[in-house]
Amino acid sequence: MKNNVFLMQGNEACIYGAIDAGMRFFAGYPITPSTELAEVSAQELPKVGGKFIQMEDEIASMAATIGASLAGLKSMTATSGPGFSLKQENLGFACMTEIPCVVVNVQRGGPSTGLPTAPAQGEVMQSRWGTHGDHPIIVISPSSVMEAYMFAVKAFNLSEKYRTPVVLLMDEVVAHMREKIEIPDKSSLEIINRKKPVVDKDKYLPYEDTEDLIPPMANFGEGYRFHVTGLTHDETGFPSTNPANASKQINRLLNKIEMHKEDIIEFDEYLTEDAEIILVSFGAVARSAKSAVKEARSQGKKVGLFRPMTIWPFPEERLKELGKKAKHFIVAEMNMGQLVLEVERIIKSDAVVHLLGKANGEIITPDEIMDKIKEVENIG
Amino acid sequence: MKYKEIRLSGSGGQGIILMGIILAEAAIMNGDNAIQSQSYGPEARGGASRAEVIISEGEIDFPKVRKPDILLSLTQEAFNKYIVDLKDGGIVIADDKVKIEDSDKFQLYQVPIMSTTNDVLKKPMVANIVALGAFNKITKLVDEEMLRKAILNRVPKGTEDLNIKAFNMGIGLV
Repeated sequence: MKNNVFLMQGNEACIYGAIDAGMRFFAGYPITPSTELAEVSAQELPKVGGKFIQMEDEIASMAATIGASLAGLKSMTATSGPGFSLKQENLGFACMTEIPCVVVNVQRGGPSTGLPTAPAQGEVMQSRWGTHGDHPIIVISPSSVMEAYMFAVKAFNLSEKYRTPVVLLMDEVVAHMREKIEIPDKSSLEIINRKKPVVDKDKYLPYEDTEDLIPPMANFGEGYRFHVTGLTHDETGFPSTNPANASKQINRLLNKIEMHKEDIIEFDEYLTEDAEIILVSFGAVARSAKSAVKEARSQGKKVGLFRPMTIWPFPEERLKELGKKAKHFIVAEMNMGQLVLEVERIIKSDAVVHLLGKANGEIITPDEIMDKIKEVENIG
Repeated sequence: MKYKEIRLSGSGGQGIILMGIILAEAAIMNGDNAIQSQSYGPEARGGASRAEVIISEGEIDFPKVRKPDILLSLTQEAFNKYIVDLKDGGIVIADDKVKIEDSDKFQLYQVPIMSTTNDVLKKPMVANIVALGAFNKITKLVDEEMLRKAILNRVPKGTEDLNIKAFNMGIGLV
């Protein structure tokens, strides 16, 4: 075994990726099935001069994560369902004040405390719209332990590059299973750090309307004095209720992600080119789907898989193209129908969209997907 | 192409999960792919406990065990609970105290794992490693040396010699 090959849990790999991406602060309130994220952070961060803090609750841990980032550290918090709900208000604050941070949500059965040890994918919509008001957000979802590592790196890179919170949407299956991982050489990783101001300290505009729509960010405490508020604000960061300014701000916030969509969006396809039926799945379920595609192909059925790795913004353009080619789409997800709404919105009447939803605490199996494929075939 | 689904079972506290981790890690050292998963939560404490491992030469898509090729059971309760979905013609490796009727649907190996652990080694905590030795001698899934390495990687410091002795003893039981 090469010395960079390990058997590792998804949660462990996520923290090793985060630290390699430069994470130096983690504030959390451990909750199953995300607990190992806090545990490994507590164990590993001190070794690299980083800080781990267990806060009194999820609300405070989100706040501490934002504060540490404002002071210049790459920061993360991690939680699951009920904790993710509690983090929403401060997550919105980070969106509004454009403070980079990574929030890991390891999905378990819900609603409420639900099924604490069982997998689900019930936060597709909450990860997009959980905090109030129009706001930008990036959500990415890994399907393997290797991806848990790589997506942690990607989550930090995107958050730093676009001055935005990024939600790393995991599920209990990927979080807890142990799998082979090959840790890449650190020098081969692209690491992105936030853009810093280059102007004189008295000329700094923390929310400057720059050409790329991403204002440079100074660390609190390094001499740039600026105001940070969740209230609608102008380029100086001070509150403003002026409608023209409010409109300008919300448009810049949303366009900041929209304009860079191509750089942000990542997806994976398997045998879609000639597919008549395309499965759409993410996270652990995408593995069941891939297994079903192989089984279906061995029976001569033209089935493929489209796997969004970036959930939000959704890879709309490519799915739309596929909608012109395939007859049927089956969205398999561990909830009662969330991602399917986005797929329906994009596909419209180009093809027929079907849901295979399941929310009983068990992963969707390849056999269940095969049954659905047969059902759809019978429709013609 | 090799693709084996394995279910290891016993009672909570016997180190069944560590056994799964060691087996999966050794398989990876061997150059194969492996996934280990476990039942998780309060239901795993006391009573029947299980760990699942998939070992494959190729890519492993679906990460859970569906129909095990091999079932290892250290207790009667675990055997009764987990025998139900064994693949037809699969392998059962059970402690010799486990009462098994109707064994014509699978290949049965009964090995004195618990008595060797408790009466000869007198160290109940290494039952999992004794079992691992017997398991691999029967299934030959992983290179023995890789398993020794994986054991040394994962067992607590100060227990290395005991665990290697337990492993060798397990091999000797078959």
